[in-house]
Amino acid sequence: MSPPSRFGDKVFYWLTLSMAFAVVLLVILIGWQLTLGSSYAVRRFGFGFLTGSAWDPVAEEFGALPFIYGTAVSSLIALLIAVPLSVATAVYLTELAPLWIRQPIVSLVEMLAAIPSVILGLWGIFVMVPWLRDYIFPFLQRILGWTPFFSGPIYGPSMLAGGIIVAIMILPIITSVSREILRSVPDLQREAAYALGATRWEVTRIAVLSYARKGLFGAVILGLGRALGETMAVTMVIGNTPQIAASLFKPGYTLASVIANEFTEATSDMYLQALFEIGLVLFGVTILVNLLAQLLLKTITAGADPGRVQ
Amino acid sequence: MNKQTDRKDHHSWRKFKSGIVSGLTFCSAVLVIAPLALVFVYVLKSGIGAINFDFFTNLPKPVGVAGGGMANAIVGTLVLLALASVIGIPVGVLGGVFLAEYGTARVNAVLRFIADVLNGVPSIIWGVVVYGLIVLRFKSFSAYAGGLALALIMIPLILRTTEEVILLVPVGYREAALALGIARWKTILQIVVKTASRGIVTGILLALARVGGETAPLLFTAFGNRFWNHDLSEPIAALPLQIFTYAISPYDDWHRQAWAGALVLVTGVFCVNVLVRIVTRVRTASA
Repeated sequence: MSPPSRFGDKVFYWLTLSMAFAVVLLVILIGWQLTLGSSYAVRRFGFGFLTGSAWDPVAEEFGALPFIYGTAVSSLIALLIAVPLSVATAVYLTELAPLWIRQPIVSLVEMLAAIPSVILGLWGIFVMVPWLRDYIFPFLQRILGWTPFFSGPIYGPSMLAGGIIVAIMILPIITSVSREILRSVPDLQREAAYALGATRWEVTRIAVLSYARKGLFGAVILGLGRALGETMAVTMVIGNTPQIAASLFKPGYTLASVIANEFTEATSDMYLQALFEIGLVLFGVTILVNLLAQLLLKTITAGADPGRVQ
Repeated sequence: MNKQTDRKDHHSWRKFKSGIVSGLTFCSAVLVIAPLALVFVYVLKSGIGAINFDFFTNLPKPVGVAGGGMANAIVGTLVLLALASVIGIPVGVLGGVFLAEYGTARVNAVLRFIADVLNGVPSIIWGVVVYGLIVLRFKSFSAYAGGLALALIMIPLILRTTEEVILLVPVGYREAALALGIARWKTILQIVVKTASRGIVTGILLALARVGGETAPLLFTAFGNRFWNHDLSEPIAALPLQIFTYAISPYDDWHRQAWAGALVLVTGVFCVNVLVRIVTRVRTASA
């Protein structure tokens, strides 16, 4: 590619180049703003910020542990629900389903991805949470009440409700990325297994799933990245109480939720600083998780770009 | 003989197992799309009763006063999308042009990687960043800040789709134009981008539909406003923000309004998605 010689070409080249490198600038911008905004808090609380469990804005005591715990647990619940369903759906869509039904289901999954988070949250508050509280939670308590996770009084808005709504949010992305991964498995793999007399499921298990394992793991990690940062829907159903409780029926709080709820109410500078630091923690974790996901996906599907799938 | 029946039994068992798995994965697919149906049904059911002409023309009424609408929020969302487009579209499209037309393989791989990672940044983080960048500096929540937050989310989205569709334009088009002595930048803008314009517009529309439903980045940038916004450096209302405020309020009347707002928002987002799907289908059918 020869360097552009004409003046117009030069201008256009540098114009597009600077726009493309804007993405680099954006990453720097995020890191810089978050570090700048939280510098005093970082200096004052140090590492204790991550391990402290007191969140008392009046006494200017800030510990992020309840939020880290809430984010981790709600994301874990979400993955436990969403991963089997999404991967199974992806398998169905690429390997097992009749051809005519595939495209309609794919379109519907994309539609689910298009539902704004706040609307899912609205539905969560008024439809899902009452339903869980009246039917599902008592049922879970009856059969699993002997474990600490499902014991104690039942609240509507709870860690479990938060996890379930996050699961719904990440179903589409795990499904569509897994589908891309499975589609990138060469047909030769399948043909070889068929030639040995394998049934459809055996072909899928032996030739497809084992081949795509690493990529599917990437899809799951990408889903985890979205789960960690999910804000509105989870804020609306998780109960927003900074506590670390074993029971999943108790309300919780996540990193993203505390920013959403308390940012505009931050009355003191240190309070705002602490919220910026929460943002820094959230950004740090999601960027690491996303880097890992992209690396896993890139090695599998050279050429295809699953990262773009919304 | 015995061995043969064994094998036959074994084979039908394997086929049966395959059938079971097909059934189970089908059930998973149904469960995955069930939330879509449920949300859609409830939004439609609860929204349609609350929606009326006033909803589109009136300002929100104070608590206890019946009626009122979200006219300012609907207009506010459109204003925010327009502001976001002013920054997001040129940067995204031109950046995508660079990746498709100029960038070397290694540079592109890095930029693409960064764009994909940026797409995974939680949208609330963009709100915090723009708060630090604009709101703290100018000491006011503003429509500009909200628009910028949405624009920053749009950039990596549009960049990736633009690059992809431009790469689909046959090399022959470029060669033909260059052979006529047309400058490279004119070739790119007038031949390549024009040929790919439908795909680029599709990408832009999808990005707009995505950020149009965003709430988290607007919470402390656009902030929301109960009245009309007459100055873009002042807080502005947005549909998702209004839905959020009303949804978590304790008032039944506001809940009804939230459902009506949700119906309008969902209809807008779905219309864009369906439209885009139809347009892209026509394109692939004719290609």
